Amino acid sequence: MTEYNFAYLDEATKRMLRRAILKAVAIPGYQVPFSSREMPMPYGWGTGGVQVTAACLVPEDTLKVIDQGADDTTNAVSIRKFFARVAHVATTEATAEASVIQTRHRIPERPLTDGQILVFQVPIPEPLRFLEPRETETRTMHALEDYGLMQVRLYEDIARHGEIARAYAYPVRVEGRYIMDPSPIPKFDNPKLDNSPALQLFGAGRESRIYALPPHTRVESLDFEDYPFTASKAAGQRCAICGAEDSYLDEVITDDAGGRMFVCSDTDYCATRVAAQAEDAA
Amino acid sequence: MIPLLQVEGLSKFYGHHLGCADVNFTLWPGEVMGIVGESGSGKSTLLNCLAGHMAPDTGRVMFDTRDLGPRDTLAMSEPERRWLARTDWAFVHQNPRDGLRMNVSAGGNVGDRLMAVGARHYGDIRAQASDWLGRVEIDAGRIDERPRAFSGGMQQRLQIARNLVTGPRLVFMDEPTGGLDVSVQARLLDLLRGLVQRLGLSAVIVTHDLAVVRLLADRLMVMKDGHVVEEGLTDQVLDDPQHAYTQLLVSSVLQV
Ligand SMILES: Nc1ncnc2c1ncn2[C@@H]1O[C@H](COP(=O)(O)OP(=O)(O)OP(=O)(O)O)[C@@H](O)[C@H]1O
Ligand SMILES: [Mg+2]
Ligand SMILES: [Zn+2]
Repeated sequence: MTEYNFAYLDEATKRMLRRAILKAVAIPGYQVPFSSREMPMPYGWGTGGVQVTAACLVPEDTLKVIDQGADDTTNAVSIRKFFARVAHVATTEATAEASVIQTRHRIPERPLTDGQILVFQVPIPEPLRFLEPRETETRTMHALEDYGLMQVRLYEDIARHGEIARAYAYPVRVEGRYIMDPSPIPKFDNPKLDNSPALQLFGAGRESRIYALPPHTRVESLDFEDYPFTASKAAGQRCAICGAEDSYLDEVITDDAGGRMFVCSDTDYCATRVAAQAEDAA
Repeated sequence: MIPLLQVEGLSKFYGHHLGCADVNFTLWPGEVMGIVGESGSGKSTLLNCLAGHMAPDTGRVMFDTRDLGPRDTLAMSEPERRWLARTDWAFVHQNPRDGLRMNVSAGGNVGDRLMAVGARHYGDIRAQASDWLGRVEIDAGRIDERPRAFSGGMQQRLQIARNLVTGPRLVFMDEPTGGLDVSVQARLLDLLRGLVQRLGLSAVIVTHDLAVVRLLADRLMVMKDGHVVEEGLTDQVLDDPQHAYTQLLVSSVLQV
């Protein structure tokens, strides 16, 4: 059997990653280039997040990995197993027990606490990319805070759809300075980014960028004064399993006859609520 | 009175090739300066140097800024220059595609500069865009259409609206009527003249077309081979040209 260095990457690579992470923490919302390494999984499987997690882990850590809020999807399971094998860290599905959480597309419902690290897998780190394909130009726009174009995009949404029609990857302004793509989380999760006590790190593998929100950073979703940001979801729905009305719900098909129901996308949140309800009933 | 723009000893080379050389002139507030000359005479080079799109090799371009008075725009930092470019300056390109966002609606195009300087009220932005479409004779009902759906003349008028919405104090135009049909040119020229008079705009207009300068320019510079060969009040230069090249230019136009 092959013996890996702790957390798979060699120490020099981890130092390089940590330097990028420290720089990202020092300049909240700024995309720091780093030299992305080959990981034993394809791009699109969160290689950016995996590298950031590898650079953060210490042997005492307890790791949780979620994909779309669930601990039991293929992607989440394979990343969790990977780190259990190459770092021998404890793993958990309980948000409250994790010291490091790697995620794709969600922020846990349970409020994060002091000392926790949330690592996001990011496909496209540049929020201006779809407006301006030239990297040199987007870099200048960030440097000069030249963000009118982003606002134009939101204007176009309202003109065409009557509202800002972005359900995912809704752009935010960090500490009144950098505009940042929060990765494809639902806009429902945007308020959780703001003033979080946890350290939030974002890793884009293919694009070789790391960015960060240190604890208690001000994060505002872009909007207009007369069209303020709303984090709303479909009103009046509740989880068919735990009855939660305040959580982000996935629609699942229950049978061939087109039966559907809504359940919490955060499986740990749902299970924790069900367990508490059983205890109350007992 | 302080000149709005004062240009001193401005030269630009492309390698060893001359773009324009030793250009000097003063533009007073409310004045329109025309620049004419044959193709390749350095008109666009000069305009792009004035507007900060290109760095000249020598010279100074003093602009009377709102807050700090005359400043050399060439010595400004890039952020300062960009700020000027989206507030006090405007630039109308010959090809509207270079001056418009083609994948953004007409309203978004006009609102762009407002948002770039911090406007965050959708209703206000839209109202101003609508007002400006009217001023350039575009039906406000087409506010949500993309420029692609517009004729060349409409695109050019949209580009003008987009530039003037923030009330710039100096407008640069490079062949604003070039590339349009003659009848469309006439209408655009009429509109431009109305706007210049009503808003008291200061402008530097580059053109091939002496009809454009006759109608719009108070003063005129004639360029040849990168040099300004004659300068003066428009009527004087056109009616009594001194330089042999200007005489040729005026007479060749009369023959058309
Ligand atoms: N990017 C460039 N690289 C090299 N030479 C250039 C460049 N742009 C312009 N020139 C040269 O500089 C000279 C002045 O060109 P410029 O474009 O300023 O002329 P112009 O008066 O605007 O002409 P036109 O009426 O055709 O637009 C010409 O000889 C031209 O070939
Ligand atoms: Mg030209
Ligand atoms: Zn639930």
